Amino acid sequence: MHFANGEVPAEYRRYIGLKVLFIAAVAAALALCLAVSISLGAADVPLKEVVRSLLGYGATRRFELIIWSIRLPQALTAVTAGAGLAAAGAAMQSILRNPLGSPFTLGVSHAAAFGAAFSVMVLGGGVMGSSNVGAVSITSPYATTAAAFAASLLAAGVIIMVSRTRGATPEVMVLTGVALGALFTAGTMFLQFFADDVQLAAMVFWTFGDTARASWPELAVAAAVTAAGCVYFMLHAWSYNAIDAGDETAKGLGVRVERVRVTGMLVASLVTAVIIAFLGVIGFVGLVVPHMVRRVIGSDHRFLLPASILTGGLLLLASDTAARLILAPHVLPVSVITAFMGAPVFIYLIVRGGRR
Amino acid sequence: MILDVDGVVFAYNSHPVLRNMSFQVRAGELLAILGPNGVGKTTLLKCVNAIHRPRGGAVRVEGRDLLRMAPAEISLAVGYVPQRSEPARLTVFDAVLMGRKPHIRWRTSPRDLSIVDAALKHLGLKPLSLRSIDTLSGGELQKVAIARALVQEPRLLLLDEPTSSLDLKNQMDILSLVRRVVDEHAMAAVMTMHDLNAALRFAHKFLFLKDGAIYAAGDCKDVTAEMVEEVYGLPVEIHQINGRPMVAPLA
Repeated sequence: MHFANGEVPAEYRRYIGLKVLFIAAVAAALALCLAVSISLGAADVPLKEVVRSLLGYGATRRFELIIWSIRLPQALTAVTAGAGLAAAGAAMQSILRNPLGSPFTLGVSHAAAFGAAFSVMVLGGGVMGSSNVGAVSITSPYATTAAAFAASLLAAGVIIMVSRTRGATPEVMVLTGVALGALFTAGTMFLQFFADDVQLAAMVFWTFGDTARASWPELAVAAAVTAAGCVYFMLHAWSYNAIDAGDETAKGLGVRVERVRVTGMLVASLVTAVIIAFLGVIGFVGLVVPHMVRRVIGSDHRFLLPASILTGGLLLLASDTAARLILAPHVLPVSVITAFMGAPVFIYLIVRGGRR
Repeated sequence: MILDVDGVVFAYNSHPVLRNMSFQVRAGELLAILGPNGVGKTTLLKCVNAIHRPRGGAVRVEGRDLLRMAPAEISLAVGYVPQRSEPARLTVFDAVLMGRKPHIRWRTSPRDLSIVDAALKHLGLKPLSLRSIDTLSGGELQKVAIARALVQEPRLLLLDEPTSSLDLKNQMDILSLVRRVVDEHAMAAVMTMHDLNAALRFAHKFLFLKDGAIYAAGDCKDVTAEMVEEVYGLPVEIHQINGRPMVAPLA
């Protein structure tokens, strides 16, 4: 083929430059928001102290304690969860060819809630809670986390098995996910029906997503899994672009569509499962963030994925900070804030016809 | 010889579709696969680039056995334009750049970008390069799909009904474009078609499929009214208009 008369067009360079600029701006906003979030709270830490401490020049012992053992882990947990859920959402929307795809479309969160309820009732995980709410205390948080995680993976496993027999098409995966969601919801309700007051409170409380549940060890696990997942998604950015152009086009470009679809779904489920097992259900970030980003920089996954990851982190960190401050000293569940923000966008997407 | 299809057999589950398909396409040749709806034209095309795995036989592109190659390797040798491509929110430039995927490891090189630029000029898409493909017309979208297949720099181009759902002007544009690319770049191309007149006008060779087998094959100028009648079950006349065969149904 002699396509020798081409050049690298300047206008395309500029166009790509703008996308890179957007990503850099979000990254800068995230860094700023992180510093502000850490400085605000029951005891205000001056912004200057926060920056100094983060850079390793902190001097005041009281501030060091607040920053490093309370505020920073919580803020980083919010960033990790937002980033992971948004990346999983962006990938799912492409893989499932469905603008309403999100980490929760496949019933992963319903399964996790069921797992947690199962742990409370049957495994005697007892009463759970969070450091924020004194009324409910944790007796065995790890059993509950493990049960929630196992149930999420069970849901993902069922979808993979069905995809194996019926072909990994978006229809098969979405429909199976919806069925599983209904099944696990019914299972949770069944358990709740027989639960006593304390158990019921624990089950309901678990579903409120809460970034304060994770401390450094949990954060490390969630961050490692999220980072690995994000790298996986970014390595497949071209494949997702190709799948957006249609399965046949993608196959013609050498993409193993079924394999990319099944592994992408598995990675998204894994990232989601780890996050919600530690933090509880945090809705809408995974659904809404990719759509917001798509509106600004388009659906080229080379840029959509990193931008969604950063925007997701930024959004959940901002919501989490708001949740801590709005009714201080009470801490609202962050999922409530994200859902208040996400639901209207969701409805807007439906009204607009669900077009990408 | 670029494409050598040798005794390909294909079945969906236990339902046989293609029996003993054998044909060759040389460099600079455009072959039209013709036949009634549901006879297996698209299936044959998908067997040729191993999207469907044939049950038997061999497909060789420039002497290499396609069925032993990985999908990524095949996409370096064969460009495929499916019947439909989905319009996403992607610029024309990026949509065509996707065709470089088989060549790209992680980052695009200046060469990738300049090949896309040249292809856009070649196909007259340059003025649209930063338009989103979900705002394009059917004809423009089809040109984008063809440009995408061309920047793969394949030796063999496969087109599944490239002109279905296009108006007359766009049909002529797309087919003369395909013909021009085949001539200029000494590629081989295979397309499935419903429109006999367009096929006979632009293709060099034809292949009639009937009942899962090759009924007739040859130069487009050798198509007879009897062949068409046998294949489609409809009596026709073939007239020569300005030196071009035109098929007219008699019914």
